[in-house]
Amino acid sequence: MAGSARDQRRLAPEDARNAAREIRAQRVRAFLFVTPLLVFIGFAFVAPIASMLFRSAYNPTVAELVPASLEALAEWDGEGQPSEAVLTQFAVDMKRLANDRTSGQLAEEINRNLPGTSSVVKSTARNLRRVEDAELASNGAALLLEANDAWGEPGIWRALRKAGKTYTTGYYLTALDLEMTRDGSIQQRDTQIYLKLYGKTLWMALIITLLTLVLGYPLAFHMAHSSTSRANFLMVFVLLPFWTSLLVRTTSWIALLQTNGVVNSALIALGLTRQPHEMLYTQFSTVIAMTHILLPFMVLPLYSVMRGIDPSFMRAALSMGSRPIPAFLRIYLPMSLPGLSAGALLVFIISVGYYITPALVGGTDGQMISNIIAFHMQQSNNWELAAALGSLLLFLIVALYWLYDRFIGAGNIKLG
Amino acid sequence: MNKFPEYFTIWHIAGHYALRLMAYLVLAFLILPILVIIPLSFNAEPFFTFTPGMLSLDPDAYSLRWYNEIVTDQKWTLAIRNSFIIGIAAALLATVLGTIAAVGLSSPWMPFKRLITALLLSPMIVPLIIIAAGMFFFYTTFGLVGTFPGLIIAHAALGVPFVIITVTATLTGFDRSLFSAGLSLGASPVKVFWDVVIPLIRPGVISGGLFAFVTSFDEVVLVLFLAGPEQRTIPRQMFSGLREQINPTILAVATLLVALSIALLVTLEFLRRRSERLRGAE
Repeated sequence: MAGSARDQRRLAPEDARNAAREIRAQRVRAFLFVTPLLVFIGFAFVAPIASMLFRSAYNPTVAELVPASLEALAEWDGEGQPSEAVLTQFAVDMKRLANDRTSGQLAEEINRNLPGTSSVVKSTARNLRRVEDAELASNGAALLLEANDAWGEPGIWRALRKAGKTYTTGYYLTALDLEMTRDGSIQQRDTQIYLKLYGKTLWMALIITLLTLVLGYPLAFHMAHSSTSRANFLMVFVLLPFWTSLLVRTTSWIALLQTNGVVNSALIALGLTRQPHEMLYTQFSTVIAMTHILLPFMVLPLYSVMRGIDPSFMRAALSMGSRPIPAFLRIYLPMSLPGLSAGALLVFIISVGYYITPALVGGTDGQMISNIIAFHMQQSNNWELAAALGSLLLFLIVALYWLYDRFIGAGNIKLG
Repeated sequence: MNKFPEYFTIWHIAGHYALRLMAYLVLAFLILPILVIIPLSFNAEPFFTFTPGMLSLDPDAYSLRWYNEIVTDQKWTLAIRNSFIIGIAAALLATVLGTIAAVGLSSPWMPFKRLITALLLSPMIVPLIIIAAGMFFFYTTFGLVGTFPGLIIAHAALGVPFVIITVTATLTGFDRSLFSAGLSLGASPVKVFWDVVIPLIRPGVISGGLFAFVTSFDEVVLVLFLAGPEQRTIPRQMFSGLREQINPTILAVATLLVALSIALLVTLEFLRRRSERLRGAE
């Protein structure tokens, strides 16, 4: 822009105005070309992610199921048994839920705040289903206590009130293994589930990144300093796995590593071992398969940087008597650093969010954070917790992507 | 030994060969796991392992029965059809929108270029499980879950970054004054785009489209969350096969997919050379 401003200064005012108008027109034209895609990505990709972020803090289920009870309960001080009016109102609501067949939803939501209460809610709903409306209105509180004496305790009511909040940070607290105590302070839960899993995921991603680096660096070095025709030939062996379906590569590792698989048979045939080793469905198999799958992402950026390094620098250092390892560390390694950091960050980002390979070859101890998100989406139906866990993962990835963009430039990602 | 300079000691030479050996071992690690499934897919027995008959090269131990299974089993034929329908539609959508956008993005006048580029490339970086969860929540409200349009839109969003990358790469060698020349001669921007820009960037557009197709063809996480039984694709079918009942049909499918990726690799290499030739001719 500085250049164009200087050019404008030499022009007559009329011409300068015209030039400025022309530039504005160019900017608008360029933006118009991008608009259709921006609208599309906005709908197909950005809005879904935003809706997930929203859902992680928004859960209207209970507020919609029993609004009257929650309103009555708002007056309660949180100690002892709530007033008779609350109990009666809740008994009326429970009958309605039982007849609408939505009491299960309520049970699930309360149970998340106070484990073990699901059956209390369900059995109460069953008991109150056939009671006359008039009797409920006059004697609801007693009938509720009769159905299950847990309703005399404050704990379950506190759980209900907590579940009834439409906007909540509760899922984020759960996702970080924290919980809110009754006086509003935040403390750690007794059992660490999710933090441990985040830790394990980052640890596995780090191991995979280091493995791809250790394997990829010598290969990229060798290819970069071979003749062009030889490098192109060797490149086929990197690109073929890169282009081969992820499922195919995971399938190969199942065939290789299973108990009666190729690796075990070979080890036994060579006399190296007598008993087959259990290698599949472990953390080990996840790491190996993911290293294999992500290796090309390390080799390709390394190769493209190393190809541009003049070998005469190394030759000069060696001919002047430097030992190979110091020469490498001081001269070659710093020059290859852009490729190394690009590859490492790319592999790390991809492996942190990996789902398919751990799901297929991970067994129980090879599961990563994505797998627990999928579990809460598909099996336990705790979508809000899945959204909170996903949002935390997203923040992590965005931070890494920001680093990547800052140091390497997102536009510089090369393919093949 | 005049291959090495005189100042090389025996250790230098040993290091050189050790490095080369390491490189070849890594290449073997990359390629062997993929090659090993090819003979296994001709197994006559329903196992994932080499039978003694296969090792002694007994012709009876080999058969085409698992390939026969692919063409006769309705689940697989449906999956193959779905994969192509979704892949082609998603690639077309991503290529058309992505190419037009890439032209705008490579203009020196493009406002917020860095931010918008990062946004448009982000589907490549955000973990699929997050995209899948978000899309599941959001697409449900539009009735797109369990439909072909839903999956096509989802896969097109994933393919967009690849189109942007390949087309902008081709456009860096593109002389923008050709565009202005067309406009100054009185053609509309659309006509200039169609008659001048597209023919010159065609190799980049085609390889971007291929990338987008492969992305969709290989994708399984979004399919797991967004597809109904009618939209099962090949990777989805392989995923449930690997989880529920492993049988060599999966290996036969895998072998066909390897053949497909070889064909694709050759096509892309051909396109790359053509693109270099076109640029060199200018």
